[in-house]
Amino acid sequence: MSTPALVTRALSKSFGSLAVTQNVEITVPHGARYALIGPNGAGKTTLINLMTGLIKPDLGSILLNGEDISALEPDARVKRGLTRTFQINQLFPNLSALEAVTLAVLERQRTSGVWWRRLPAFGAAIEEAHAILQSLRFGSDTERVTRELPYGRQRLLEIALALATKPKILLLDEPAAGVPKDESAELFQAIAALPSDITVLFIEHDMDLVFRFASRIIVLVAGAVLVEGTPAEISADPRVREVYLGKGHRHG
Amino acid sequence: MIPFLGVLFDGFAYGMLLFLLSVGLSVTLGMMNFVNLAHCSFAMIGAYVTITLTQTVGLPFLATLPLAFLAAALVSGVLERLLFQRFYRATDLDQCLLTIGIVFVSIAVVAYLYGTTLQSVKVPSYLQGSFNVGGVTMGVYRLFLIAIALVVAVALVIGIEKTSFGARIRAAVDNQRMARGLGIDVDRTFALTFALGSGLAGLGGALAIQMVGLDTDFAFRYLIYVLIVVSVGGLGSIGGSFAAAVLLGVSDVAGKYYAPQFGAFFIYAVMIVLLMWRPQGLFGRR
Amino acid sequence: MTIAAPPYSLVAAFAERSRWRAIETVLWLCALLPFWLAPTHLQLASQIAITALFAISLDLILGYAGIVSMGHAAFFGLGAYTAGILSVKLGWGEPISGLLIAGLVAGIGGYLSSLVVCRFRHLALIMITLGIGVMLHEIANTSHGLTGGADGLQGIRTWKFLGVWSLDIYGYVAYSYALIVLFACFLVARRIVQSPFGLALKGIRENALRMPAIGAPSQSHLRKIYTIAAVMAGMAGAVLAQTTETVSLEVLSFQRSADVLVMLILGGTGRLYGGMIGAVIYMLARDHLSGLNPQYWYFWIGLLLIAVVTLLPNGILGGLARVRALNWIREMRLMPRRRAA
Repeated sequence: MSTPALVTRALSKSFGSLAVTQNVEITVPHGARYALIGPNGAGKTTLINLMTGLIKPDLGSILLNGEDISALEPDARVKRGLTRTFQINQLFPNLSALEAVTLAVLERQRTSGVWWRRLPAFGAAIEEAHAILQSLRFGSDTERVTRELPYGRQRLLEIALALATKPKILLLDEPAAGVPKDESAELFQAIAALPSDITVLFIEHDMDLVFRFASRIIVLVAGAVLVEGTPAEISADPRVREVYLGKGHRHG
Repeated sequence: MIPFLGVLFDGFAYGMLLFLLSVGLSVTLGMMNFVNLAHCSFAMIGAYVTITLTQTVGLPFLATLPLAFLAAALVSGVLERLLFQRFYRATDLDQCLLTIGIVFVSIAVVAYLYGTTLQSVKVPSYLQGSFNVGGVTMGVYRLFLIAIALVVAVALVIGIEKTSFGARIRAAVDNQRMARGLGIDVDRTFALTFALGSGLAGLGGALAIQMVGLDTDFAFRYLIYVLIVVSVGGLGSIGGSFAAAVLLGVSDVAGKYYAPQFGAFFIYAVMIVLLMWRPQGLFGRR
Repeated sequence: MTIAAPPYSLVAAFAERSRWRAIETVLWLCALLPFWLAPTHLQLASQIAITALFAISLDLILGYAGIVSMGHAAFFGLGAYTAGILSVKLGWGEPISGLLIAGLVAGIGGYLSSLVVCRFRHLALIMITLGIGVMLHEIANTSHGLTGGADGLQGIRTWKFLGVWSLDIYGYVAYSYALIVLFACFLVARRIVQSPFGLALKGIRENALRMPAIGAPSQSHLRKIYTIAAVMAGMAGAVLAQTTETVSLEVLSFQRSADVLVMLILGGTGRLYGGMIGAVIYMLARDHLSGLNPQYWYFWIGLLLIAVVTLLPNGILGGLARVRALNWIREMRLMPRRRAA
């Protein structure tokens, strides 16, 4: 309870004269389910890119379980338990789902540099990968090549790859992007079923899903935090109504 | 002091030649990201057109220069429509392989038609010789080359800054998707730019004969220099190409004059260090 | 939570994919045929084996890790000159240790250049690899005292192999030696591509952006394979120097870098056997047509290259694998890469 899982301090980033992140201060406690919402172009994905180290902030710092990780490379942040998924699929088109998740498991175990033993010698990693895929109800699709998987399955594989890193904090960038509405609820069911010790921060446009699955909501507007609160507080907040809900809320 | 100025002059002239050879590739690479290793093959076409026209047809050297330009532009334009345009979205490996294939074919065809001996061209007497200015010997031909290159550079800058075609090129180099969104026919613009750039290479090839000689190896030997100019100068930047070409020309001539035992070593070392420092080129924006 | 299939079959499926196949045994036995069928052409056969090894080393970085190199001859040449200089300048002609030292030197060169090369992609990568290649060529060209410059390195003396066999005029020993080195390196390469490391390389090739997001140190993976490939290329160069007892500047030429790329593309990348088959076809065809002017040879190679990239994007093996009747070729992929047609 003492140190929060993730803290950003005065995080700022500009591209040229455009300030995409302005003095963002967020504190996410352990085991929380946070939603990050905001109109298009509010800088939600940029914020995730900053947290995971894909882009470097101009100012400010990021703390993971109290440790300042601002100077670490993206892969080192993953090794410390901060993992993300992508809004637009970033998969391995010609690997099977099982191969891809096995690769992520091997990277976590730091055995991916082993070149003198064959893969079958790493049965435990393969089994773990299989178990992760099955926990997401992958069924018989585990050995199919990624690019031949149906789109919904590819979205699940995004999450499976992240889970294989054994994250402490999971940043989900629109996990249901492009998925039909009935399936997206199912996908969020899978996210809700994640172990409660995994802290989750997700971006989502569908307000029904946000209000159903988030314990707290952060509203981002023009790169700055407008307000943060419980779903009830957010839905009652007049400022949020004005800039976001007032303009007709988006589905999907 | 005096040899130093002479080296500077010769290096500048050599740099102007490299500028003519490479400026087209810089613009087309910036626009389509198409890695065209066959660029110097078009230069070679221009050079051999001049050889043929002066030796067998008997045209005067100066009259062949526009024809060298046209021939290279024409051949490259046809190839662009038939072959290259299918590879704009291919991997850079496939682009390299395709264009290396074209280099091989072009070298073989030229060897079949002209043999592998070193060719020379007869330039009019008023372009030969040299005169002395303040103790610096300046070759007339080199002055002529510098003048042409400067005219081309100024024409390019004006053309790209002032004309509507130039505006289309700038838009396409800057942001291809945006340009398409604005209704610019990027493919057509590119085809024309490509032909124009290859034509300039053809002109450069024709002008190169008198200075550096011509044989079938030309397409490979100058490819490396041209790529250095493009990658150091930055993609799509005419000013960058110009500066990089001068830098390369002067340092190559100076290196060969002052430290012949190192050969071209310094050029390559400088290029690698520059690329490590600025992978997008000295003047590149990306 | 339930597990749908017993995991043991999964591991078995992985094992099945990396199994040694009968067709592989047949292919390697075919490599012995020249001893009986073409005893007068064993020198050519050993050149082919050396080139095949060089092609495998390029396949490791290009076909598996996706690094496009236009200057791979740098490491071939580094190995060749190391073996040659060992003999000419230091008087050490023992072949096995010479081979290992050459591999080591090429590996150090590979590691040092990997610090630069692996940070780049696309045009900058092509330029850097090309630049390192031409730079080494230029160094060898100008260091006349050490390398013999444009005249080449003369007077290499290779001692008896294992103290027993000395090089013979027909090339029995040369070909045996080249074939053994090729086979040993092939086994190592085969093991690499079937290992967790090989899977990580494919991950980089398939999606370099995703790799850091699953915690992968892509840069260190790339440096490692680049170094390994340099060692193998250096060994190939050393075998050439030791068996021909001469080294010319050509071992560092851009032509050699381009040639090996062509062979690999013709045979098909990312399947180890592709580069080897490409090397066999390329070298045999060139030898057969050597009566012609070499310039005409490049005409056909150029045409073939254009045809392959336009019509057969997966090389000869990849093209054949799409013919149903030749299903076994698909099995030769050693962990299929399943590239889109």
